[in-house]
Amino acid sequence: MSSQPEGAAPDLQVSDELIIKIKDMHKWYGSFHVLRDVNLDVYRGERIVICGPSGSGKSTLIRCINRLEEHQQGDIIVENVELTNDLKNIDAIRREVGMCFQHFNLFPHLTVLENCSLAPIWVKQVPRKEAEATAMKYLERVKIPEQADKFPGQLSGGQQQRVAIARSLCMNPKIMLFDEPTSALDPEMIKEVLDVMVELAKEGMTMLCVTHEMGFAKTVANRVIFMDGGQIIEENNPHEFFDNPQHERTKLFLSQILAH
Amino acid sequence: MSTERSHAVGEHPELPPPSTEVGIIGWVRHNLLSSTTNIVITVLTIYFLYVIIPPMLNWIIFDAVFSADSRDDCRAIAKAAGHEMGACWAFIGKRFEIFVYGFYPVEERWRINLSFILMLAALVPVLFDHVPNRKQGLWFSLAAPFIIGWLLLGGMGLEPVPTDKFGGFMLTLVIGVTGIVGSLPIGIALALGRQSHMPALRMVCVAFIEFIRGVPLITLLFVASTMLNYFLPPGTTFDLLLRVLIMVTLFSAAYIAEVIRGGLQALPKGQIEAADSMGLKYWQSMRLIILPQALKISIPGIVNTFIGLYKDTTLVIIIGLFDPLCMGRASLADTKWQGLSTEIYVFVAIFFFVSCFSMARYSLYLEKKLYTGH
Repeated sequence: MSSQPEGAAPDLQVSDELIIKIKDMHKWYGSFHVLRDVNLDVYRGERIVICGPSGSGKSTLIRCINRLEEHQQGDIIVENVELTNDLKNIDAIRREVGMCFQHFNLFPHLTVLENCSLAPIWVKQVPRKEAEATAMKYLERVKIPEQADKFPGQLSGGQQQRVAIARSLCMNPKIMLFDEPTSALDPEMIKEVLDVMVELAKEGMTMLCVTHEMGFAKTVANRVIFMDGGQIIEENNPHEFFDNPQHERTKLFLSQILAH
Repeated sequence: MSTERSHAVGEHPELPPPSTEVGIIGWVRHNLLSSTTNIVITVLTIYFLYVIIPPMLNWIIFDAVFSADSRDDCRAIAKAAGHEMGACWAFIGKRFEIFVYGFYPVEERWRINLSFILMLAALVPVLFDHVPNRKQGLWFSLAAPFIIGWLLLGGMGLEPVPTDKFGGFMLTLVIGVTGIVGSLPIGIALALGRQSHMPALRMVCVAFIEFIRGVPLITLLFVASTMLNYFLPPGTTFDLLLRVLIMVTLFSAAYIAEVIRGGLQALPKGQIEAADSMGLKYWQSMRLIILPQALKISIPGIVNTFIGLYKDTTLVIIIGLFDPLCMGRASLADTKWQGLSTEIYVFVAIFFFVSCFSMARYSLYLEKKLYTGH
């Protein structure tokens, strides 16, 4: 694939500390059973890529982890906090979990710098000066400090997504969720976003990433999960997953997306 | 190969556009004479303006009489000057004070003047960003309504003035500005309430909005002037103007709520999701993320509602408050000036036009200021 990132390190450290535990989890949209008996343990430092056909529930799964979607059965425990209707727990988890969206969801009425410093100021009560300094630090890391005073509408898609990543990092999260971060981007911009994500992985960030970028999965992920029909069909390390898929549906999916 | 075509591929120099495409000539060609239909429309428009504008200017300015003591006087002056009688603005000049102050006691009118100045001063920090000491200014804006209320009503050291002495443009401003200032926050609250996940709250808001929207303002004003007496315990005196203010505010709040709901629904769901995912609380997301964007989208609709409300203040005439039109009618009863209703209504129209057009221009300014390139 043209957008394959360079310099990834597949042999990154993974600790044995459990950071997310999903147990027997079910979710329905009305009467539609979207997630069926999902079990997933994530250890600190893992880079998990979740793939599967559209409608397979992969986005819904990661959106359950920070309670953008509510699950109806089973347990989700993040950083030793169980996700229930208790708003305190939800807030605690959201402070630790960053998220990037397919359509970036930057705040168009705020400058890039304000986008990045908003949550630290209002959620963590960080003084404005300090929050802005942190924001600049992360904008430099995603290589767009010069855009700090622009509005999101004035940036390209790739730049916007990098701002969105910086915005999440400003909250100093322990876990990053990526919901198809490159699907809305032009081909030449995919790489700049993936490069930032690779950097992040190298620094040991725990990442769950819904994506169709199989190059990224091969070089960065330590585990690939394939979902279909709301269930986890297969999970394996990327090497085994791509070279030796076990399940028929996985084979079919891989043959379809790798054919081009 | 000619010299003009001698540059290599991809190195074509930038050339100025042909003179027929830019400047005045280009503009006229493109906008006024671009097709046969366009030419016909242009010619007809010019003819129409020629027919309308000169007589209008004659009536308003060139043939008008600006100082006289009666209508006959006006006519005599016009005759002496050797032209038709245009507008007799002298009448307005003589009546100007009653138009502005209503029946407010003459020796207390300074209070209205001071209130007007305070109102303008209080509006500046609210409407404009780059004013010195804006923060202190906003505190003043918050206090101003109370100071103005005290000035207009009296009490606590000032001669009390009953509200049935209020009238003219001053009454329009009191009702219009109170309605506008009061209905925006109530409208926002109603719009958010209507989107709430709590069914009870949502139903109360929906019922309120639909009831108010389903009833004409005049009916509500009648209710305010008569019906409330039946509901309130006997002997309660509940100022008529206050009732009108409440009704007008609630009426426009219902419309504002719907306008803002439109703005809220226009926002992509991702905005609230992003705010949620960063751990912002409901009110923080609303104040920092959702409302600034929703209100910005709603500016044209909000200002539209405000302009409607401002003009609807003239409806209070039917429950016996002395709005500018009422003042005009009263003036016409003066035998010295009989038959000058055109002048009166043109004058009142100009007053309303200036106010409403200012609001419209401000809304355009605000939209431009808040534009962030998306």
